[in-house]
Amino acid sequence: MNEVFPRGFSLLTRFIIVLIFSVAAMFVDTKVESVSTLRAYLTSLVSPLQYIADMPGAVLSWSASRFTSRQQLLEDNEALTERITLMSAQLQRFRILEEENKKLRRLLDAPIKQEVRKMIAELMAVDNNPYSHQIVINKGAIDGVFEGQSVLDESGIVGQVMEVGTTNSRVLLISDVTHAIPSRISRNNVTVIVSGLGQLNELALEHVPHSTDIKVGDILISSGLGNVFVEGYPVAEVSEIIRDESQPFAQVSVKPLAKLDRIKYLLLLWPEEINEAAENNGLNQSTNNSDEINDVSGENQNER
Amino acid sequence: MRGNPAFIYISIIVGLVLQIIPMPAQADLYRPDWLLLILCYWAMALPNRVSVGVAGVTGVILDLLYGTALGVHSFALAVPIFIVATNYQRMRNQSILQLAITIGILSFIYHLIIYWLQFWLTSIEFRFIYLWPSVTSVLLWPWLFWLLRRFRRRFKVA
Repeated sequence: MNEVFPRGFSLLTRFIIVLIFSVAAMFVDTKVESVSTLRAYLTSLVSPLQYIADMPGAVLSWSASRFTSRQQLLEDNEALTERITLMSAQLQRFRILEEENKKLRRLLDAPIKQEVRKMIAELMAVDNNPYSHQIVINKGAIDGVFEGQSVLDESGIVGQVMEVGTTNSRVLLISDVTHAIPSRISRNNVTVIVSGLGQLNELALEHVPHSTDIKVGDILISSGLGNVFVEGYPVAEVSEIIRDESQPFAQVSVKPLAKLDRIKYLLLLWPEEINEAAENNGLNQSTNNSDEINDVSGENQNER
Repeated sequence: MRGNPAFIYISIIVGLVLQIIPMPAQADLYRPDWLLLILCYWAMALPNRVSVGVAGVTGVILDLLYGTALGVHSFALAVPIFIVATNYQRMRNQSILQLAITIGILSFIYHLIIYWLQFWLTSIEFRFIYLWPSVTSVLLWPWLFWLLRRFRRRFKVA
């Protein structure tokens, strides 16, 4: 009764069934795109196990936050207030620049860039496949997360959402060997592709001709080509260039700007089209509730 | 004799959690194969309860938790568990040292299969550090064996 397969099959038959099933599952999972919804559903089913594994860390950080000293809190408060003041001063300047930029763009008849909707997500402390650079975050389909969404930290792009569960999702880091992100050099808009090497502190630029205008210290920003990543966020900084003429291409190594080895809080971005759609529905951009989006669009459909 | 099989499933769930519980980066390389050890014990002690079918299903759950392609871990777990299930009578008569060596070989097979499948799906490079878990698994096995046997007798799992 408690056996997965009914009695009657011999051990060897059951073994062969499991092997055939595994190989079929592997093939379907990697080659067929449409099963990702099934996978998302199954992932949501097993997510309680992830929450259990996350618990010791969560309890530890909770108790740490409970028992921080008053002195520490005061110091933090002071430092943060200082930072906020500095940043809001900077923001004021940005606002003026943004207005100016909009006006200039209007003069040129260029489309005005929308503000991107953002949401803070937190890393879940669960371990993953050691052969791949992935992390699990605590936001999922109910928060409006979608596959391919850009994920950032405070200093740069971290990766993209790979799998969406109901309450949590899996993010593939830019350092994974299977990951590449179309970028451009912010100084001169030369487009390059930044691919992962399987190392957290190093990325590679492939197929860069010797004649390319690229220098150590150049900042690479996402180009938005490929329609996966949001345009204009910093990705990496060029750290070393070896121009060996005997090689077909220059060897360029770059460092990711995001602190991939000390991720805690992350930022999820919603690209412009979705944002515009939400705006057309008369939705306030700052709303983070996906249920509301659904409600509003539902109402609009009814009106039509 | 009817026993209570709930403990088998509890131990498998504990094994799954231990597989994904976060560890410091240095210790992470040496994480023993909790799930493989637990499944090996049950396949040896109660081969009619736990066998390749259970190994396949737990493997799929582990794939979902790890984010690997579905089927990688079910394949990799099914092979050593099949070996245990066909040789359980021989293994029951082995001394604790012999058994630890057998478990080491099974764990080695398990990691090699995972590596091969991963290599086939997303070409990764082989490093010998991937085999450290086999060593820690061997060291862990006698303690886990003792613990699970105590629980099995205490709760009359059958």
